[in-house]
Amino acid sequence: MKRFIGFLKKEFYHIFRDRRTLIILFGMPVAQVLLFGFVITNEIKNVKIAILDHSKDEITKQITNKILASEYFILDKNLSSDNEIESIFKAGNVKEILIFENNFAKKLEKYGKANIQIITDATDPNTANLIVSYTSAIILNYSNRLNVQSNVPMQIQTKTRMFYNPELKSVFMFVPGIMAMILMLISAIMTSISITREKEMGTMEILLVSPLKPAQIIIGKVMPYVILSFINAVTIIVLGMYVFGMPVQGSIPLLLAENVLFILLALSLGILISTTTDNQQAAMMKSMFGLLLPTILLSGFIYPIENMPIALQIVANLMPPRWFIIIIKDIMLKGTSFAFVWKETLILVAFTLFFLIISIKKFQIRLE
Amino acid sequence: MRTIKFIIQKEFKQIFRNKSMLPMIFVIPLVQLLVLVNAATFEIKNIDLIIVDKDLSSTSRQLTAKFNGSAFFNVVKTTFSVQQAEDYLYQDIGDLVLVIPQNFEKQLVKNQKADIQLLINAIDGVVAGLSNYYATSIIAGLNKEVITRWYGVSKGNSAYKQISIQYSHWYNPELNYKTFMVPGILVLLITNIGLFLAGMNLVREKEIGTIEQINVTPIKKHHFIIGKLIPFWIISLFELALGLIIGKLVFDIPIIGSLWLVFSVTAIYMLVVLAIGLFISTITENQLQAMFFAFFFNLVFILMSGLFTAVESMPTWGQILNKINPIAYFIRVMRMVLLKGSTFIDILPEIISLSMFAVLMFSLAVWNYRKTS
Amino acid sequence: MVKKEKVIQVKNLVKKFGDFVANDHLTFDVYKGEIFGFLGANGAGKTTAIRILCGLSIPTSGDISVAGFDAYTQTENIKKNIGYMSQKFSLYEDLTITENIKFYAGIYGLSDKEIKQKSDKLIQKFNLSDKKNKLIKSLPLGWKQKLAFSIAIIHNPKIVFLDEPTGGVDPITRRQFWDLIYEAADAGITVFVTTHYMDEAEYCNRLSIMVDGKIEALDTPENLIKQYKVDNMDQVFLKLARKTNA
Repeated sequence: MKRFIGFLKKEFYHIFRDRRTLIILFGMPVAQVLLFGFVITNEIKNVKIAILDHSKDEITKQITNKILASEYFILDKNLSSDNEIESIFKAGNVKEILIFENNFAKKLEKYGKANIQIITDATDPNTANLIVSYTSAIILNYSNRLNVQSNVPMQIQTKTRMFYNPELKSVFMFVPGIMAMILMLISAIMTSISITREKEMGTMEILLVSPLKPAQIIIGKVMPYVILSFINAVTIIVLGMYVFGMPVQGSIPLLLAENVLFILLALSLGILISTTTDNQQAAMMKSMFGLLLPTILLSGFIYPIENMPIALQIVANLMPPRWFIIIIKDIMLKGTSFAFVWKETLILVAFTLFFLIISIKKFQIRLE
Repeated sequence: MRTIKFIIQKEFKQIFRNKSMLPMIFVIPLVQLLVLVNAATFEIKNIDLIIVDKDLSSTSRQLTAKFNGSAFFNVVKTTFSVQQAEDYLYQDIGDLVLVIPQNFEKQLVKNQKADIQLLINAIDGVVAGLSNYYATSIIAGLNKEVITRWYGVSKGNSAYKQISIQYSHWYNPELNYKTFMVPGILVLLITNIGLFLAGMNLVREKEIGTIEQINVTPIKKHHFIIGKLIPFWIISLFELALGLIIGKLVFDIPIIGSLWLVFSVTAIYMLVVLAIGLFISTITENQLQAMFFAFFFNLVFILMSGLFTAVESMPTWGQILNKINPIAYFIRVMRMVLLKGSTFIDILPEIISLSMFAVLMFSLAVWNYRKTS
Repeated sequence: MVKKEKVIQVKNLVKKFGDFVANDHLTFDVYKGEIFGFLGANGAGKTTAIRILCGLSIPTSGDISVAGFDAYTQTENIKKNIGYMSQKFSLYEDLTITENIKFYAGIYGLSDKEIKQKSDKLIQKFNLSDKKNKLIKSLPLGWKQKLAFSIAIIHNPKIVFLDEPTGGVDPITRRQFWDLIYEAADAGITVFVTTHYMDEAEYCNRLSIMVDGKIEALDTPENLIKQYKVDNMDQVFLKLARKTNA
């Protein structure tokens, strides 16, 4: 035990002496959470639109005002003819063009129906889809209001209640995602590299011939990172709460415990990666390429998993961050107790054990 | 010039000799391209719906039938208790609850007015907003039908005003998000490879000590840096070609603009990326540090680039920050040229910016690399 | 030996790192074709001085010229005229023998024909024709060092600097290594070598002994032994070290 503590101290010294790395390790998550919390959003904001109003009557003006009054759209240009559409899209700024047909108000009055044509620049189909929906929602809202005012018979009024995130803040979606991504990458990369580094430098051999047991070596190497990552996790939660107004409805001890579990999972993945290679560069590339994109794309961080093709949804189930994000959202936003997240927790535990067992197997093979 | 040739030869040999790196460079990125492109969609298809129909009238049935028939909704539960429905929402069994209160139809006939409630899980604000819109428009459609049924076609039509919306999506009428993502993810992959290979390269020589031997030779600094850049530069261009072939064959992305233009801009862009990598190499002492620097900048640049989320939606300071983000410029150019067929003139501002970055970063890397301390 | 052309001239060389004085007013000359030994305990300032002479580091003050070039302003010219081999092993482990030769010869600007000749000659000399396409990392340390030395002088420099070239190898290999050094000196290359093996010190034509950043003694080995009235270099060294510690 005494030997082990000595070894542990050495590991801490390694990390804390390297000031530059330390600054990155603590500074990076903070910078990233702040940056991404403000910047990464799938909300639509300030999209530039152009309007081609063939009618120019009271109603079209009202609709235009409604649309521009929302914070979603800003007017780039009023067009006067259809010929301008092509060139304005090529220039690349305008994403949507609204076209009101002529005699708009008259037709609406007389036949109860009038047409608006929306053309989008769908090079970004996701945005195009969103802005059409947003625009349509504003127009639908307007026509509903019109009907209420004009005393239409038999009105059905829809009352909507938004649960858990009444202001529809996209930050609530992204903070848990950023947390999963940062913890996953930092923990896995750090461990895989620090272990391969010992191998590359040849110091691993020295450790292996020492009376320390392999398990002790691994625990000693990983321990500082558990603490480091835990500090990072707490920092991210605090930032989420105080900077972005994320609520923590559920139990904080449970939230922290789940974080520790996820950190352990990421570390054991790091250990697994380190058993597959003996140079730092390869370990880094493996952690980087193996984890970065899948963590961003398949965890539900940015893109909802339900919308993906079935095959990919199955693959997404194999991504540990996916389950972690569910747990975090449930605890923070819904105030869920352990009774409702035990399944996801169990999955995380299973992943952790799985990674550890494989690493131990691989490690033993190497020793023989 | 001859010295550059020797450095290039040496670098290529070292890259191809590192067996554990080769799959990282050539296989994994392309596999990721094939798989991950499919994930990147905001298109909403299956909103899990919970129906609470306490009315059970013909009108309410008509409404639930409409929801059942909609492509957006997927009825997962029906119950008569709002509390129960809220629990389902809480347990993530459904995303949206449609509550038709008791006496809905009666109210509608008697008071000419009736309410319907929607309870939505709003953790994902955007999805919640869209679900609300889809549900509301189905209900509005029902409203019109009801009026028509009671008052006849002519009265129904003129009384209930409806603004119909037709939309068409240019450049990508099917809203195929894959064609949009392929160029973006391709950019990300070649950036990653270039940045990390270059970032680790010089610092690795520092760590193993061979840099000392180079520094004591009369080699010119810029020759050395150029010799180090070119191999990665060639690999990245090769990778781009491979990715475009896959994009064309598998995802059928339109390649409308000029391929010459695509490759020329990529060549400039890669100079920026590689120079950043080498610059990181010159300011760090070991591979671990270099990796973290590269990782940090990479992640920030990528997530801000507009690859996954629209740049327009960012706060103004984010957009200003993006002016120094080479990835943002390049993704924009790739999408414009490949998908819209933009020409040299259209993307000239981006080309100028990228060239300036290239000159700046390359100078910084050369200047900061010291043969003599 | 005839005292002729000075290839290295050092007057009052000072190098400071902050408050720490690594080299304290060093003054010495090295003549063409001689084997100049640079002795001192670890941390005495040998490596600092050698890095300055090689143009890897700029001195704080003093007049230094190497191969006729100024060590402040003409470092790149110095580099054209010297070879260097450090204690840290300097060949690429993941390249083969011939590839290393070709690479270093190439960046020193040798023509393809010269490169071919030199590399054939070298491989023949060391009897490595069956190993020439083996990676450096598969060779024993002694071989690596002999190769590293041969590659350091592949461009026929005026001076070669060797910073503890024989660290960690057995006495027989060390002897072989010194044969290579003599060979180079016979060919007119000035050899500047640091070491802390005292038996090696006696192979040098002239020696300087550094203690705590200063040169304490400078002469031929025989003269030094006489001057300090001892039997061998080991004792000279001990005496000098003790003198400063007292």
